[in-house]
Amino acid sequence: MLSTPAGKAALRSSATTSSLPKATVRALSTTSPAQAVSQDGQQKRGMATVQDAPPVHRHGGLKDQDRIFTNLYGHHGADLKSAMKYGDWYKTKEILDKGHDWIISEIKTSGLRGRGGAGFPSGMKWSFMNFKGWDEDTKPRYLVVNADEGEPGTCKDREIMRKDPHKLIEGCLVAGRAMNCTAAYIYIRGEFYHEATVLQRAIQEAYKAGFLGKNACGSGYDFDVFVHRGMGAYVCGEETSLIESLEGKPGKPRLKPPFPAAVGLFGCPSTVANVETIAVAPTIVRRGGEWFNSFGRERNSGTKLFCISGHVNNPCTVEEEMSIPLRELIDKHCGGVKGGWDNLKAVIPGGSSTPILPKHICDDQLMDFDGLKDNQSGLGTAAVIVMDKSTDVVRAISRLSKFYHHESCGQCTPCREGSKWTDQIMKRFEAGTARAREIDMMQELTKQVEGHTICALGEAFAWPIQGLIRHFRPELEARIAENTRRQGGEALAGGWEHDASKKGMLISPGQ
Amino acid sequence: MASKLAPWALRSSARVLRSGVKEQRRTFQVSSASRSASLMVHRDTPENNPSIPFKFNEQNEQLIKEVLSRYPSQYKKAAVMPLLDLGQRQHGFTSISVMNEVARLLEMPPMRVYEVATFYTMYNRNPVGRFHVQCCTTTPCQLGGSDGIMKAIEEELGIHHGETTKDNIFTFTEVECLGACANAPMVQINDDYYEDLTPEKTKDLLRALKEAAEKTGASGWAPGLVGESGKDQVSGQSPGHQIKQGGEGYSAQGAKIPAPGPLSSRISCENSAGQTNLLELDNYPTPEQALRKDGAL
Repeated sequence: MLSTPAGKAALRSSATTSSLPKATVRALSTTSPAQAVSQDGQQKRGMATVQDAPPVHRHGGLKDQDRIFTNLYGHHGADLKSAMKYGDWYKTKEILDKGHDWIISEIKTSGLRGRGGAGFPSGMKWSFMNFKGWDEDTKPRYLVVNADEGEPGTCKDREIMRKDPHKLIEGCLVAGRAMNCTAAYIYIRGEFYHEATVLQRAIQEAYKAGFLGKNACGSGYDFDVFVHRGMGAYVCGEETSLIESLEGKPGKPRLKPPFPAAVGLFGCPSTVANVETIAVAPTIVRRGGEWFNSFGRERNSGTKLFCISGHVNNPCTVEEEMSIPLRELIDKHCGGVKGGWDNLKAVIPGGSSTPILPKHICDDQLMDFDGLKDNQSGLGTAAVIVMDKSTDVVRAISRLSKFYHHESCGQCTPCREGSKWTDQIMKRFEAGTARAREIDMMQELTKQVEGHTICALGEAFAWPIQGLIRHFRPELEARIAENTRRQGGEALAGGWEHDASKKGMLISPGQ
Repeated sequence: MASKLAPWALRSSARVLRSGVKEQRRTFQVSSASRSASLMVHRDTPENNPSIPFKFNEQNEQLIKEVLSRYPSQYKKAAVMPLLDLGQRQHGFTSISVMNEVARLLEMPPMRVYEVATFYTMYNRNPVGRFHVQCCTTTPCQLGGSDGIMKAIEEELGIHHGETTKDNIFTFTEVECLGACANAPMVQINDDYYEDLTPEKTKDLLRALKEAAEKTGASGWAPGLVGESGKDQVSGQSPGHQIKQGGEGYSAQGAKIPAPGPLSSRISCENSAGQTNLLELDNYPTPEQALRKDGAL
């Protein structure tokens, strides 16, 4: 795949990159104890005499020349002319002429993983569309772009759509060509009204310039792009539910298989991909898959939009290299945590459905798929929610439980009922009117939901609670103890006061 | 004999007496109903019942034609969501008549339309005020201080979330994450996002909206219903940055409403102390320079 590691480093614009092989970089940058166990499960041995190498932060510090989303802060307009000035729609015809195998192999080389949360390798996903005998099928084929950005903490797709819409539209064409699609639907969440307007205007510009429609870009390939506005349902961010919604039904996820690549939108082969995945594709192909692969650690390559919110001095959205240390990300781009790094309490690293991480893990956490997975969390959509010491962390997670209770579509029982129960129990944890053993019950409950639902919303509401119990159990216990002390006894199951029966509150009718 | 009868007589007489005094009374406690959004069933009311006629106007008929062309002809029902939205914009809210009309147009059973209209939270199945204030309170906004924003709105409007003011100008709703977390806390008012709020700024904003409604003589309820929207006009020059949503503030008949977007010094999602990156865009490689060097393209 690659000639030499040194040659690979030379691909990047930055001259300061070391020419170390990627594996070495990886070994050097692993600093946390949890990562001492390497991928194959072998214990890494520290030398007795030679001190282990100090933490070397090889990732991060992306140069402006290597940024894909040049208009992230509204430097120029969202119109076609400005977009073309910064490289969009350049040699698109040549890209399309290369054919689907070449585009997919470039994406595979780039190591791009889906930016919507699951991190599935995009090249592989796209290749599922070109199954054996696909060209004998006369059915239309669809690319569906998931712009239903609803994960709390995430605000990256919005920035792409309202400032760099042409990257997304060109991406639809390039990805659509790779999958031999006939049309793309962009499912944008309903609240993003102005974003949908900007996007629609950009699509019309592209049609007028001959980049879309019949004979797109003069390549002899026909391709259409449509915008479909959602109407406010978080669950429609799940791919099959998004397809249902696009078909004009309530957005309730479908069982898989059949996978959308076989039977998807309108019964035709289709693929659902996140906005960011699609939007980076043309630049990857233009600059070369190896250029993209030169960023980040192995298997976590590329650049990524990080949205940092919560208790940082200056929250922002920023494009950075994958595998950037969390601390560097916050200190460099957000002016640090409020009250300094030592005031940090916890971080939710990848949007609401990823488990929370306490400070001691955050100290040397690398922001990529594998690094976060090693610490039992996930990169998700790279939406970093920072909480300082003043935060009521139980309340923060309790609010997320309320969110999932509100957003559960009600199709599968474990999720419909479980999200309500967890919401209620979390409310009691928040107030301390619970019993200590209910913490274990809660853990068991979330484990029962996980994996027993059609879509991932079951996991999504279970994981934050598991993370809370994993890292902040003492806090939960302290709160219960505090309530016990205040009330003079531990609360009864269901949140009743310990002396509720004495007060005559626990009498059933007729007693 | 008497010694044997006496205890029985005493016991049973007491029982007879007791049954007269204490009757079976069933007291029940009702916990407050907590519904996720609003009532899921339709109840006929004077302003929302099937006998109220609804027709799409001519402009919307054109739009419907355009919308239908986006979907395969045998899947007309895919257009149900855009059509309901158009209906809501025309009528002010998604009434049962709007749903029935959409069902008729798309040749689908009305129940399928009701399913859609009740599933998605952005269809207001009851009339809403002219300004639908939706405050986000999910964790990122909560960390940014949405409690203060909620309180400020309640103080300014004198209503709790889920209620409409007496003059029907404002409806206040608490909503889940609106996806502008780097600009938290924020509210959405109709289609506009107002970000980077503080309680004071929120109050100022609501006052400006109220003043605008009074000055333009707009009556309550959402624009579609009583139809004062024609008086609104977008004015002013588009600023250099095209980022603030909508670009410019609205002004009509002397009333001014601030431009949507961050109500701080920020343009959009950059670091408020100054950009940390994308400062050297003048040196950004031209498309030719950035092109891959292996000659594949």
